[in-house]
Amino acid sequence: MRVCLAQIKPFLGDTAKNLELHEECIEQAVAEKCDVIVFPELSLTGYYLMDYVNDVAMKTDDKAVKRIISLSKDISVVFGFVYEGEDNLFYNVCAYAEKGRLVHLHKKVYLPDYTMFEEARYFAAGNGFSVFDTAFGKCGMLICEDALHLSSIYVLSRMGVQTVFIPSNSPARGVVGDGLEAASIWQTSNKYTASLLTVNLVYVNRAGVEDGVAFWGGSEAYSALGKRKIQLPQFEAAIGITELETADIRLARIHSPFYRDEKSQILLDYLKGDKK
Amino acid sequence: MKLDLKLTKQILTTFVKEETEKIGLKTVVLGLSGGIDSALSAAIAVEALGKDRVFAVGLPYKLSSKESMADAELVAKALGINLEIADITPFAEPFIESEPDMSKLRIGNVLARMRMVTIFDRSAKHGGIVLGTSNKTELLLGYGTWYGDLASAINPIGDLYKTQVWELSEYLGIPEKVVKKQPTADLWPDQTDEGELGFTYKDVDRLLYEMVDNRRRKAELVQMGFDEDFVQKISERIMRYQFKRKIPVIAKVSQRTIGRDFRYSRDWGY
Repeated sequence: MRVCLAQIKPFLGDTAKNLELHEECIEQAVAEKCDVIVFPELSLTGYYLMDYVNDVAMKTDDKAVKRIISLSKDISVVFGFVYEGEDNLFYNVCAYAEKGRLVHLHKKVYLPDYTMFEEARYFAAGNGFSVFDTAFGKCGMLICEDALHLSSIYVLSRMGVQTVFIPSNSPARGVVGDGLEAASIWQTSNKYTASLLTVNLVYVNRAGVEDGVAFWGGSEAYSALGKRKIQLPQFEAAIGITELETADIRLARIHSPFYRDEKSQILLDYLKGDKK
Repeated sequence: MKLDLKLTKQILTTFVKEETEKIGLKTVVLGLSGGIDSALSAAIAVEALGKDRVFAVGLPYKLSSKESMADAELVAKALGINLEIADITPFAEPFIESEPDMSKLRIGNVLARMRMVTIFDRSAKHGGIVLGTSNKTELLLGYGTWYGDLASAINPIGDLYKTQVWELSEYLGIPEKVVKKQPTADLWPDQTDEGELGFTYKDVDRLLYEMVDNRRRKAELVQMGFDEDFVQKISERIMRYQFKRKIPVIAKVSQRTIGRDFRYSRDWGY
């Protein structure tokens, strides 16, 4: 799978301009013969929407969403937006579109609502994780914070996920001493998830500044062998391309059969209260 | 958008009294322009604290209309409050003249900020809190000078549209001449708000109320009969001036950034 990591700088609340940005990246990725392009979380809307969430919300038949789905005839696309459900609730979602149709819509489950975050004030939460079949095997999507919880990666793994996409809007914070704490947490987590689940993993974080908050970029991809395949620069918009091999998943599962040996019964017994 | 006037008066007077007294202050200081907004803020303060604890400052410039100051005096007399006339010409004029060809807009901003300097100085003199006089219509339209007339410590009328300001002013017995007159920022001769803005307060308030309070979307507003260009123009204007309604943006570096994840009420500790 030839993947394009589109580390863009979305315009806050301007879906028309963001659509253009998507079109440009998609065009470039198609020219580079990529199979899949991955955009960051809320790529069509930007992050600090607050009350604007309701105004920029889209349904799946919205012009911009339909346009990207139609562009997926030539390349599979992972992109994010604010979704207004039939229940008139507003979700932070990412979509997987392929061959001109919407294959899967994931509603962010873990909405951070602490320190600088207030997502649960504005969004309704999704309530599950699932995998979906694509031209490139079984894929799963986790939106930012989703990926930092055990339940999400556990469920995706048990459902047989082979490639995990993680669109993200991770801000720079906690700059003390060397480096960036947020980057360090994500790099550790991404490598851990790829290595222990023995899956290919694509993490795409945005760049740009909104209301004083800088998103640090640094998008990256890991093979199922835990090897970092690409890393984009921090803080600036960038596009990167890498190849992820299904052969790596096979080899990883021969070398390190953690996925095969996982005993779900232990978890089940614990949750049922049989074991304390 | 019709107010329960009795209840509104009760909320606003309680607000002024508590927010002033809880921090240990006894008086309020405000600029009195002769217009309806400052007259209403002053009237609320009188209801809250009594006339002796309200200090108004009239701040004319040499080009200000004489009628404005006469109206300020009329209001001060009707309310029985202290009024000082502090002409800003002696310090505003040298500043303006130090810059050749200053535009009308720049002069207007300089005057508003000179008035702000004077009001904040008088608040220190009287040990008072600066009372704001910007209404919701102005705040949403960004029709005011940043760190000028928009500067204050507490604002009793910032959640009232201009038309609601008129309504409440009538109820509180503000002199009819002031309630009925054409609103003006009086930044240059013959200026009127509605002339400068290009629409009437009545029209824009109806739209703002549906747009902001009732969260109607553009398509709905057009369906309700609002002109599409007007809706577009106003919604763009609200967005463009958001900065005037916020504290300066601080670049985030640490885990706790002021305004972002260092959050306490302003009344923290009181």
